[in-house]
Amino acid sequence: MAKLQISGVSKVFATTRAVDDITLSVGDGELVCLLGPSGSGKSTLLRMIGGFERPTEGSISIDGEEVMHLPPERRPTGMVFQSHALWSHMNVFGNIAFGLKLRRLPRAEIEEKVNEVLSLVGLSGFGARRPHQLSGGQQQRVALARSLVLRPKILLLDEPFASLDQHLRERLREEVRDIQQRVGITTLFVTHGQDEALSISDRIVVMRDGRVEQVDRPDMVYRQPRTPFVAGFIGTMNLIEGEVAAGRMKAGGMDVEVPIADGPAMLAVRPEFLSLARSEGPEGATAHRVVDYGTHLMVDIELADGTRLKAMTQPNAGWTAGDRLRLMPREIAVYRNGLVAHRATLSS
Amino acid sequence: MADAVSARPRADVAGIAFATVLTIVIIFPLLVVCTWAFANVWRFPSVIPQQFGLRYWHDTLARADVWNALWISIRLSVTVTLLSAVICLPAAYAFARLDFPFRNVLFFSFLAAHAFPKFGLLVAIAAIFLQLHLIGTFWGVVLIQLVGTLLFMIWIPVSAFQAVDRRMEEAARDVGARPLRVFWSITLPQAGPTIAAAVLLSFVSTFYETEGAWLIGAPAISTTPVLMISFINNQPVIQYGAVLSMILWIPSLVALLFARRVIGSGAFARGFGA
Repeated sequence: MAKLQISGVSKVFATTRAVDDITLSVGDGELVCLLGPSGSGKSTLLRMIGGFERPTEGSISIDGEEVMHLPPERRPTGMVFQSHALWSHMNVFGNIAFGLKLRRLPRAEIEEKVNEVLSLVGLSGFGARRPHQLSGGQQQRVALARSLVLRPKILLLDEPFASLDQHLRERLREEVRDIQQRVGITTLFVTHGQDEALSISDRIVVMRDGRVEQVDRPDMVYRQPRTPFVAGFIGTMNLIEGEVAAGRMKAGGMDVEVPIADGPAMLAVRPEFLSLARSEGPEGATAHRVVDYGTHLMVDIELADGTRLKAMTQPNAGWTAGDRLRLMPREIAVYRNGLVAHRATLSS
Repeated sequence: MADAVSARPRADVAGIAFATVLTIVIIFPLLVVCTWAFANVWRFPSVIPQQFGLRYWHDTLARADVWNALWISIRLSVTVTLLSAVICLPAAYAFARLDFPFRNVLFFSFLAAHAFPKFGLLVAIAAIFLQLHLIGTFWGVVLIQLVGTLLFMIWIPVSAFQAVDRRMEEAARDVGARPLRVFWSITLPQAGPTIAAAVLLSFVSTFYETEGAWLIGAPAISTTPVLMISFINNQPVIQYGAVLSMILWIPSLVALLFARRVIGSGAFARGFGA
């Protein structure tokens, strides 16, 4: 169990600022996801914690001890790579035992620890196999075992499931979460998959262009995104530009009360918080396409100016393409200057 | 309705013909040399020798200069290959992994020895060696043959080191290995098959090298190929040259078999880019 403290860390590659002044605390046994699109700096940040990149400025400490001066082999961290990075000239046992051998542990103890961790990741009896004889999921478990066997203070997972298929990814992330909670290891998990982040993390750090956009619990990141970027990146969000005038905002065929100063703003409504009613008038919105997902209908709405919105309704709502619609938001957020300016739950 | 698909694959006539021609082109000269080596008497117009036997093997192997040349060739090849590995492998690693001034110019300079007529280069080097009193010495020949191995021992290992996944090395450091240990335990085994191919090429090319060995080594240092050329030029009996040719096949054959056994044929083929 360990605490990680990142303070004002930046990384500049030539002229590119890959990570820009990030400060973050990760608590004992916490699993924190670094979530963001490609190029947002999340992997660079992870590599700086692991010692594979040197920060241009800032400091990183583990359990209050500065680790910036330490090379990767002396840091109390364990990293699992996206490509598994298993050593193909060694078998599974050799891969996991390598770090233990470097620590000159007795052979019996090495065997005991390797067998124990193989059992933990569900690969008992696989020690003699070569990496190429394993499936992608098994290879990733070996990579995880290789890190866990050394009992690092901080576990770093760099998009560990990116090369696996969707089904396997879902299964493995649950397993990793279980193992992480059983071992109680402080974990940083890099992903660009919002489902992954929402499903397993204690907290999510949403990153963009090397900066932190929001750090929060998964439910809060989804329900109360702090910036339009987070709103658009996590889940599906209808974002409509408009004007606030005299305490009201008209946007996307909706007219809502917004008690902020007059001026341009952005209205945000989740599809599940957008109710639909039939409209008889010539103005308004049209159902462009209706997709039945079984559990719900997703109505693709086209506004008069060509703007597209989405609404999620009950599967038996009976909407069809071409229906004329009236839009009634139940929960809104209004953004101005890149930050949330107003949130409200509206009565229908 | 779909047409019935024949279960028997069609014979690739062109491919078989090409393979046959290629086999004949490679095998036929070897067969001729082999036949000459075991022919006690073979006079025109007979298609096969009038008498087979080991007479010329006895004659050739009884000569002290043959054993001396063979011993020199083996010592030279082993020395040059080892020296080349010691000098070139760290250099190849540096070229593959480090960025330094004039890296590309230096890297391409190793092609220079093979980009121009070799004999001109050898004569120029011989002039320098003459002043350094290296002409006619073992180490003079070692140095000249080192030049010939640079291409194999730099270019091929560079591509081998570049092909090693950096994440594997990082994973090793992550579990506690220092850079030297990472190189020894991860990088080298991963690049091993390709490097072994380069070492083998280096050994074989050194063993068969004649121009440098003759220009720098003669007359004191006579390697087996140089001796074979003198046999062919100076002896009216073809069998001496044929026997020596067959003797020359043995080291490369042994090296190839050894490499296949130790490294594994699949990995070895990958080393050559297959």
